[in-house]
Amino acid sequence: MSPIITLRDVRKTFGPLVVLDGLNMEVQRGEKVALIGPSGSGKSTVLRTIMTLETIDGGEIEIDGESLWHMKRGSRVVPANEAHLRRMRSKVGMVFQQFNLFPHWTVLKNVMNPVRTVLGLPEPEARARAEELIALVGLQDKVNQYPGRLSGGQQQRVAIARALAFRPKVMLFDEVTSALDPELVGEVLNVLRMLAHEHDLTMIMVTHQMGFAREISDRILFFEHGRIAEEGTPEKVFNCPTNDRTRAFLTAVRQA
Amino acid sequence: MSLIYEARWVLLEGALNTIIITLAASLLAGAMAFSAGLARLSSIAAVRCIALVYIEVFRGVALLVQLFWMFFVLPFFDIHLEPITTAILAIGLCNGAYGAEIVRSAISAVPRGQREAACALNYTRLQTLWRIVVPQAIPMMLPPFGNLMIELLKVTALVSLITVHDLSFQALTLQQTTMQTAAPFTAVLVGYFLIALVITGIFRLAERRAGVGLDRGGLR
Amino acid sequence: MPFDFEFAKSILPHLLEASVITIAATFVSFAIALVIGLFLALGLRSRFALVRRGIWGATQFIRSTPLLVQLYFLFFVLPEIGITMPPFLTGVIGLGAHYSCYIAEVYRAGLESVPKGQWEAAVALNYGRSRAMTEIILPQAIPPMIPVLANYMITMFKDTPVMASITVIELMQTANIIASERFLYVEPMTLVGLIFLALSLVASFGVRLIEGRLVR
Ligand SMILES: Nc1ncnc2c1ncn2[C@@H]1O[C@H](COP(=O)(O)OP(=O)(O)OP(=O)(O)O)[C@@H](O)[C@H]1O
Ligand SMILES: [Mg+2]
Repeated sequence: MSPIITLRDVRKTFGPLVVLDGLNMEVQRGEKVALIGPSGSGKSTVLRTIMTLETIDGGEIEIDGESLWHMKRGSRVVPANEAHLRRMRSKVGMVFQQFNLFPHWTVLKNVMNPVRTVLGLPEPEARARAEELIALVGLQDKVNQYPGRLSGGQQQRVAIARALAFRPKVMLFDEVTSALDPELVGEVLNVLRMLAHEHDLTMIMVTHQMGFAREISDRILFFEHGRIAEEGTPEKVFNCPTNDRTRAFLTAVRQA
Repeated sequence: MSLIYEARWVLLEGALNTIIITLAASLLAGAMAFSAGLARLSSIAAVRCIALVYIEVFRGVALLVQLFWMFFVLPFFDIHLEPITTAILAIGLCNGAYGAEIVRSAISAVPRGQREAACALNYTRLQTLWRIVVPQAIPMMLPPFGNLMIELLKVTALVSLITVHDLSFQALTLQQTTMQTAAPFTAVLVGYFLIALVITGIFRLAERRAGVGLDRGGLR
Repeated sequence: MPFDFEFAKSILPHLLEASVITIAATFVSFAIALVIGLFLALGLRSRFALVRRGIWGATQFIRSTPLLVQLYFLFFVLPEIGITMPPFLTGVIGLGAHYSCYIAEVYRAGLESVPKGQWEAAVALNYGRSRAMTEIILPQAIPPMIPVLANYMITMFKDTPVMASITVIELMQTANIIASERFLYVEPMTLVGLIFLALSLVASFGVRLIEGRLVR
């Protein structure tokens, strides 16, 4: 089967700064991939370009075999319009480091309203779906709370439920535990562990939790200067990295 | 005191006109503030530009000059408006320009992450604006809008200069007919103050209700 | 369009002359507002609750009531108690007093924006109260106030035409007189509007420059 996500020669710059430098990357259906690497190496940018939060300056991104930023009109290929982007986005969900829950809505509404508005689900169905997911992340007793009253770990679990409510094929996680107090990291990782058992769900995670990356991912991508400097199974990358930079990075992380 | 009592109907008529003008001009100002404030953030340069010109012109010219311009100049262009209509138009447009800046800055103060989350959830731009951004911006707008409405109430006094029988007009009339000064002006000042208190009270209530869920304190 | 450029040209010098009075009125009332505002701000920090409450109440009252009626009050009531002044003076005092209530608040906010730790550090370094104020606190409190104060000056500028109602012959009243003499309103009123617009745009631009410099 074709990969669910393909990046071909992707270039992204911010002014003079080259953030993604001819990046090539493939993710297979159902694969769990962890992106690691030093700060500023472009990990978040990769996720953000896949989510269309950033445009790209060159190359090609394909989701589910279809170009993200281009579409066919007749026999010609033209830049994607909003309708195309919306169709492509519906395959992908994203969870942010800063949660980004909507503070003016309760937990239930945060999960239920987007699927009502965007997918047009009728209220009862949206509510049932939301309640099920909120229970899945263990927050059934918080459904009517406002996000401001939840701990960071609880907010992040709601954010995961909110993204899952769309039943995306691909989930993007950008350092979802980095903004949390240490004692709250575990509860969020447990939710991710649970999702990792979902055979069909593709997960791409940026993380600084090496142990966790090793535990649940099928493949590790080590980023450096907007390219993949090394990739392979967790055993290979963590136990016998071939790249000096990977080795140095892993040593530094272990010492921290 | 007896003077005030005898003149109560005159004063009440003035108060009523002041209140009508304040309310009507506030509605117009609110509508203009939202249109121009959102237009300032439009992705279309021409729309941004029109909004900017509106805001700069109506904030840059003294309100009394705008009022006189509409009152004296429009008839030369064959536009004949009732004085009270002129009053509402001028005050509404001028304060709408101030309000536009309130709307613009509140909208821009909604964290970027909120728009990004909405985009990731596949909201359209319009849905993002009306369901995510504006509801969070409104509580931020309420306190400055409350202040703006007090300012608006105060400038309605200027309509007395284009023959509208508002509170200030009645004060001057009483002064001229009774030759008393302190009493009518004090009474009218107190009248404005009471109306201002009501406005402040209403906005306090609204702020309390709009704040639900948005208290960003505590855990976060 | 019924706009007579010749007529406009002929009255422009009169209007520009009159704008000098408007500008003078702005500066004088602003100076008055700065001074009264300082006293009010000090009063709001008074040790006596009665003084604090009284001043707070008075400023709230003045801020909630129209400048126009306040000017009428001064204009008509003061002579009755034996104080007669030229209208210009009554006007600038009224406008200055009105805005002093806003400016007191600017002073207060400016002082409060300096972190408490700065006072504590000054005390720890054995500065006296007044030297701490002049050397540590004020130098930090004043720069952020400047653009805010300047914006109030622009607001006051746009309120000067209200003085016309108490017979001050400033820019707008001059235009009014010219207009009513010949019953030609379009040119004088439009010109006054343009003069106001030009001056406030220039002033706002200046404030933005100052702001940019201060923030850096
Ligand atoms: N909107 C932007 N404007 C300018 N530069 C940006 C922008 N977003 C990201 N960058 C820069 O792009 C580079 C890559 O950023 P990115 O967030 O992808 O790094 P990262 O690998 O996720 O790092 P971290 O581990 O710190 O999150 C950084 O140098 C960052 O400063
Ligand atoms: Mg990042």
